[in-house]
Amino acid sequence: MATLTYRDALNQALREEMQRDQDVFLMGEEVGVYQGAYKVSRGLLEEFGPKRVVDTPIAELGFAGIGVGAAMAGLRPVIEFMTWNFAVLAMDQIVNSVAKMLYMSGGQINVPIVFRGPNGAALQLGSQHSQAWESWLAHIPGLKVVAPATPADAKGLLKSAIRDNNPVIVLEGEMLYNLKGEVPDGEHIVPIGKAEVKREGKDVTLVCHSKTLTVALKAAEQLAEQDVKAEVLDLRSLRPLDETAILESVRKTNRAVVVEEGWPHAGIGAQVVDLIQRDAFDDLDAPVQRVTQADVPMPYNKHLERAAKASPEKVVAAARRVLYLE
Amino acid sequence: MTATARSTKPAATQSAVPPELQLTMLRHMLLIRRFEEKAAEAYALGKIGGFCHLYIGQEAVGVGALAALKEDDYVICSYREHGQALIKGISARAVMAELFGKATGCSKGKGGSMHLFDAKKGFMGGHGIVGGHIPLGAGLAFASKYQGNDKVSVCFFGEAAVNIGSFHETLNMSSVWKLPVIFLCENNRYGMGTAFERVAAVTDIVEHACSYDMAAELVDGMNVLTVYDATRRAVERARKQSQPTLLEVRTYRYMGHSMSDPLHGVYRTKDEVEEQKARDPITHLAGKLKEERVIDQAGLDAMDAEIHAEVEDAVKFADESPDPDPDELYTDVMVD
Ligand SMILES: Cc1ncc(C[n+]2csc(CCOP(=O)(O)OP(=O)(O)O)c2C)c(N)n1
Ligand SMILES: [Mg+2]
Repeated sequence: MATLTYRDALNQALREEMQRDQDVFLMGEEVGVYQGAYKVSRGLLEEFGPKRVVDTPIAELGFAGIGVGAAMAGLRPVIEFMTWNFAVLAMDQIVNSVAKMLYMSGGQINVPIVFRGPNGAALQLGSQHSQAWESWLAHIPGLKVVAPATPADAKGLLKSAIRDNNPVIVLEGEMLYNLKGEVPDGEHIVPIGKAEVKREGKDVTLVCHSKTLTVALKAAEQLAEQDVKAEVLDLRSLRPLDETAILESVRKTNRAVVVEEGWPHAGIGAQVVDLIQRDAFDDLDAPVQRVTQADVPMPYNKHLERAAKASPEKVVAAARRVLYLE
Repeated sequence: MTATARSTKPAATQSAVPPELQLTMLRHMLLIRRFEEKAAEAYALGKIGGFCHLYIGQEAVGVGALAALKEDDYVICSYREHGQALIKGISARAVMAELFGKATGCSKGKGGSMHLFDAKKGFMGGHGIVGGHIPLGAGLAFASKYQGNDKVSVCFFGEAAVNIGSFHETLNMSSVWKLPVIFLCENNRYGMGTAFERVAAVTDIVEHACSYDMAAELVDGMNVLTVYDATRRAVERARKQSQPTLLEVRTYRYMGHSMSDPLHGVYRTKDEVEEQKARDPITHLAGKLKEERVIDQAGLDAMDAEIHAEVEDAVKFADESPDPDPDELYTDVMVD
């Protein structure tokens, strides 16, 4: 196993899939000459040339749509958004064209496209550049949505996304690009729709994804010092959601805390809680708790920002509440 | 700036179009007209639901343009696409059945009037978000270039779509990347009840091509032969030089914006509509071909009768076709 950054794991996935399939191409702002705003596409222009690594103007709606048209004609575009905050300008294409094409064409036209880019808050970037979009995207039938938390999952899920014949949204953690981790050598694929237990425990389940895996793992450490064995379940895929894995874990621990970077109202956690109350009601020993970003636009001030974000401390406190230790 | 041919005057002369092809165009325009008249009837009877936008008055645009294409070229449209769908080779039966929401429709009854599709015939859909399909049209052309085939993509949209961002973003990228795409703007003067000059700073749409250094032509859309001619030039530019073109085709819709909209409403006068009807592209071509003795009245009557029968058959077929199976609700969301 090699130790790679999340960034390089994504880069490997792109490179391998572009080598494997001539129909795969990368398109977006600064992906070529500049080597990627976050350097995910480093070296790809040199290897594959401008036909397959396409620098675009700042026109999210337009180039997302051009990608869709290309996919309708049989290509497999990977569209990079510099961040998902800017993908909002392309939402018409994602929601109205991509997600519905197969259905409204009566099954004739599938759209094998990947939309990827950094998601979630980084540090002190202010309100417009610090947002987590998963609940918007996972709401929509016709899309698959993944949010890898580790270099291995980043590589394996991006490869699956590119090979999928359906549109797949890949939410990369903006704070995760430098994260290092072991990535299996050789062909490494992670199936879409499978959660993974990242730490085993029996007292409480911490459900998380993307950057909140790091948060949950830290919380689990702290809980261990208090003799609480937390299980950390990384969803990895938000649509489809691995309902079996969630229920299995909750049936074992009887308690759950759902952690996410997004806002509380109509968030991903709400969906997870709905599942648990419906299908594991009798297994629950306490109401499920959620840890989310504060229900406000992200402030710039670093103390306020810290207060707004999900943190290990908040997760520990929520876990103690579901264990009636508070 | 590199030199691109830009002509903002409608070309007056037409190259010689073989009489047989002119007859085919006449037949195609008549098919659309009769089909749409039947669709209006069926709508009034409640057989067709939702939004239904008719093409009556604009037939010369779709027919003239499609006559300039090869069978495997791409066509992508807005929601006002019954005409183009019929001419791209989807049977009247399959289109009517789709309007009726039946399982035998070209989108299995799951698309409806605004979402007709036949991928095998290169008909890449009717799309319901104004301007939303303009980048898709360019993307199809991007794929042709990438795959090294010579398929041209023609994207039809209304003049109101010119005010939307995706139009400008797409024209820019198509010009930068030299995509074999034709942006065919059907300027029928109105977006619903809004006259274009009330909402557009630049009312000659062809002028927008200057911003993107793109070839453009202003075309008389009430004359099928002029549309055919201009589209042929654009197709050649796309196929031979891999260059995009913007065509502004001036046309007029006789009916309301959709079936729920009155014929002329408050935004235009009855006189204006009548004045435009006097320029009817079907009457015009039929008259010309009679004058040139390519067809006589008996021939025209026979053509109309034949089309009438075809459309009647389509209605009967649609009426008698089954609704989609209830299980179809959950199919076609994802492929394996
Ligand atoms: C983005 C968007 N805004 C509004 C609408 C509602 N709408 C449907 S058609 C239409 C007018 C469009 O006019 P035009 O593009 O000229 O096409 P025409 O109907 O004349 O063929 C409007 C406003 C829509 N479908 N999409
Ligand atoms: Mg219009």
